[in-house]
Amino acid sequence: MGRQASTSQTVGPFFSIGMTRMKRDDLVSAGTSGERVTIAGQVFDGDGKPVSDAILEIWQANSYGKYAHPADEQDKPVEASFSGFGRIPTDDEGKFRFTTIKPGQVPDLDGKLQAPHIVVSVFARGLLRRLVTRIYFPDDPTNAADFALNLVEPSRRETLIAKKAAGVNGALKWDVILQGFNETVFFDCGL
Amino acid sequence: MAKIAPYQRPNPDTQPPYLHPAYVSSIKRAPAKSLINLPHTLSEVTGPSFTEAAIDVKACDLTRQHSGDPLGERIIVSGRVIDEEGRPLRHSLIEVWQANAAGRYLHKRDQHNAPLDPNFTGCGHTLTDAEGRYRFVTIRPGAYPWGNHHNAWRPAHIHFSLFGAAFASRLVTQMYFPGDPLLPFDPVFNCTADENARNRLISLFDWENTIPAQALGFKFDIVLSGREATPMET
Repeated sequence: MGRQASTSQTVGPFFSIGMTRMKRDDLVSAGTSGERVTIAGQVFDGDGKPVSDAILEIWQANSYGKYAHPADEQDKPVEASFSGFGRIPTDDEGKFRFTTIKPGQVPDLDGKLQAPHIVVSVFARGLLRRLVTRIYFPDDPTNAADFALNLVEPSRRETLIAKKAAGVNGALKWDVILQGFNETVFFDCGL
Repeated sequence: MAKIAPYQRPNPDTQPPYLHPAYVSSIKRAPAKSLINLPHTLSEVTGPSFTEAAIDVKACDLTRQHSGDPLGERIIVSGRVIDEEGRPLRHSLIEVWQANAAGRYLHKRDQHNAPLDPNFTGCGHTLTDAEGRYRFVTIRPGAYPWGNHHNAWRPAHIHFSLFGAAFASRLVTQMYFPGDPLLPFDPVFNCTADENARNRLISLFDWENTIPAQALGFKFDIVLSGREATPMET
């Protein structure tokens, strides 16, 4: 066995000391193109209790479907005003909320376009390693053929698709259920 | 475009399970269903990067954030961040946080009956250099009690958060100290099956970086997943 990646350990209950500085719950600035969305939700444990010591990190492409990263060699515009990274802690009621734009489509392994999505890491006390999941968008016709959604049994796909919240345009709701009934789909992404 | 070189995946024994009942907080938070294997797409082989502009150069010295010196044993924690092939992770963000010398975190939920130190916040960050090296000046954190089981104490540790080059390489871990008598009893340290993997979380005493009459050195190298050379066949 050659060199192996270092072992993951929990963020513990006091991660806010080290992780708050890079809190990013509004990814949008004046020049950012795309449809603005606010995604709000709550993190729950296996007893349905809110998890007040969790933190989400998100990563997404811009509205053209381009990542601000050198490994993305697509001929699409990068926007200086959009990094694509967010970090959002839960509050005392396990709730979180962030504002971003709906990303454009990026290719899958076969070069087909994936449905618009945001990749998510969940860290919390009690999680010895992060959980990886994805957020998709409601009523998007490209969801049906999406490569990652189709890895998931149909009855569980809904846990990855945000729902329209009543009232405000662009308001979406998406919860994270760590365990049990309606458990969120989590992906094995390596680490 | 179709060919994406994925990131390496660790040997499962070298990473913790989600459910580790000895760590009581995992019992209601570990997913009950199996994870779904996700091949790496462009979404996973890209990830956030942080430039010098996002960094406070003074944040690598946790002993110089207030008007006075923090109490405790001053230490230098340094090392390299590399991938499985030994390639350095350059200009990559590292965040750290820790308890003070008395074993108390500056956090509203830490109720441990030990004093706070007005001269110690316990957070820092830095970027690795062109060779993947980093260096923090801090104080040695104290052990502290927690409610996991009767007479439970966490060994002294420093939390490390690392980004590497991609979403697929994101890692949060903890660094421990050599010879800590609490290590055999700690369910967090012991959550991983592979003994060598566990032991790599223990820093090494580091004469080379020990500063005479100033601070002891501890060396802590971190390995992140690196990108495979050949694209996955699809």
